[in-house]
Amino acid sequence: MDAEAAKLIGAGLAAVGAGIASLGVGNVFASFLESALRNPSAADSQQGRLFIGFAAAELLGLLSFVVAMILIFVA
Amino acid sequence: MNQFAIEPMFGTGHWAIGGYNIAFTNSALWMVVAAVALWAFMFFGMKRQQVPGRWQMAVETMSNFIDNLLLSNCGKGGKAFVPYVFSLFMFILFANLLGLLPFGLIGVHPFTFTSHFTATGVLAIISFSIVLIVGFWRHGLHFFTLFIPQGTPVPMIPIIFLIELVSFMVRPFSLGLRLFVAMTAGHVLLKVLAGFVINSTNAGAIYGLTVGLPTFALMIGISALEVLVAAVQAYVFALLTSLYINDAVNLH
Repeated sequence: MDAEAAKLIGAGLAAVGAGIASLGVGNVFASFLESALRNPSAADSQQGRLFIGFAAAELLGLLSFVVAMILIFVA
Repeated sequence: MNQFAIEPMFGTGHWAIGGYNIAFTNSALWMVVAAVALWAFMFFGMKRQQVPGRWQMAVETMSNFIDNLLLSNCGKGGKAFVPYVFSLFMFILFANLLGLLPFGLIGVHPFTFTSHFTATGVLAIISFSIVLIVGFWRHGLHFFTLFIPQGTPVPMIPIIFLIELVSFMVRPFSLGLRLFVAMTAGHVLLKVLAGFVINSTNAGAIYGLTVGLPTFALMIGISALEVLVAAVQAYVFALLTSLYINDAVNLH
């Protein structure tokens, strides 16, 4: 395979990682809402933890975006 | 990707100190704009009126927000770091929002300097060095117990120590990378959608109506989402910084 083509295919595969990370981010907020509706009075105090989980899940998706960008523009 | 290009402004391209170029770039210009906007926002809100007006209310809401953030994450010991985390949060927030302003219509192209790893990386390194300095200052070599959670079985200590050490050293990278990639990805997405609209409209009325118009509607939604992302990323940066400071102040 041509090196340039392999690069672009790799960047496309990295987009799969971004998509799966979106599942993770959705999962974080879904579980938060689910439990927040069960006990709304405790929900506000957990908002910080919600965003920590969101940041951790999002970072992995953003890393796959970085991989794609590196493959296209740097490698 | 033209919008991310860094160019020297006002003919300062040849300025150098010791062989290093120190040109006043568009990145630096927008840093100054963000700092001045932040200064003005604070200046007009700090009149200390007995009955706060709208502007003072906005400033007080922001500072109370960061106050509570540090109080809930660091306890009483976090009080000393409120000025740092507040300036960090507001600076990043202003930078992110300024980069989204549609000044391109009147020929002034906003530059989001948080979409460059050099800028966000330095902010992350400042946060990380505060953690290191405060940690070693307060606890001395006792700071290394941060890497061994309470009640770890003795045979596991070397492995846990290594894992915790790596996750600790990765923090500045993940902190800077998150902000930089989130802003870059948002702007690239808007750029791609704008390209759809322009190219489909140029290809004819039918393409313009079937492709261009829905994409334009989507762009409006995504722009609103980007405003949210700008605020959330600034919040996440401040939140994680306060968590790391908590490690340094309270050692678990």
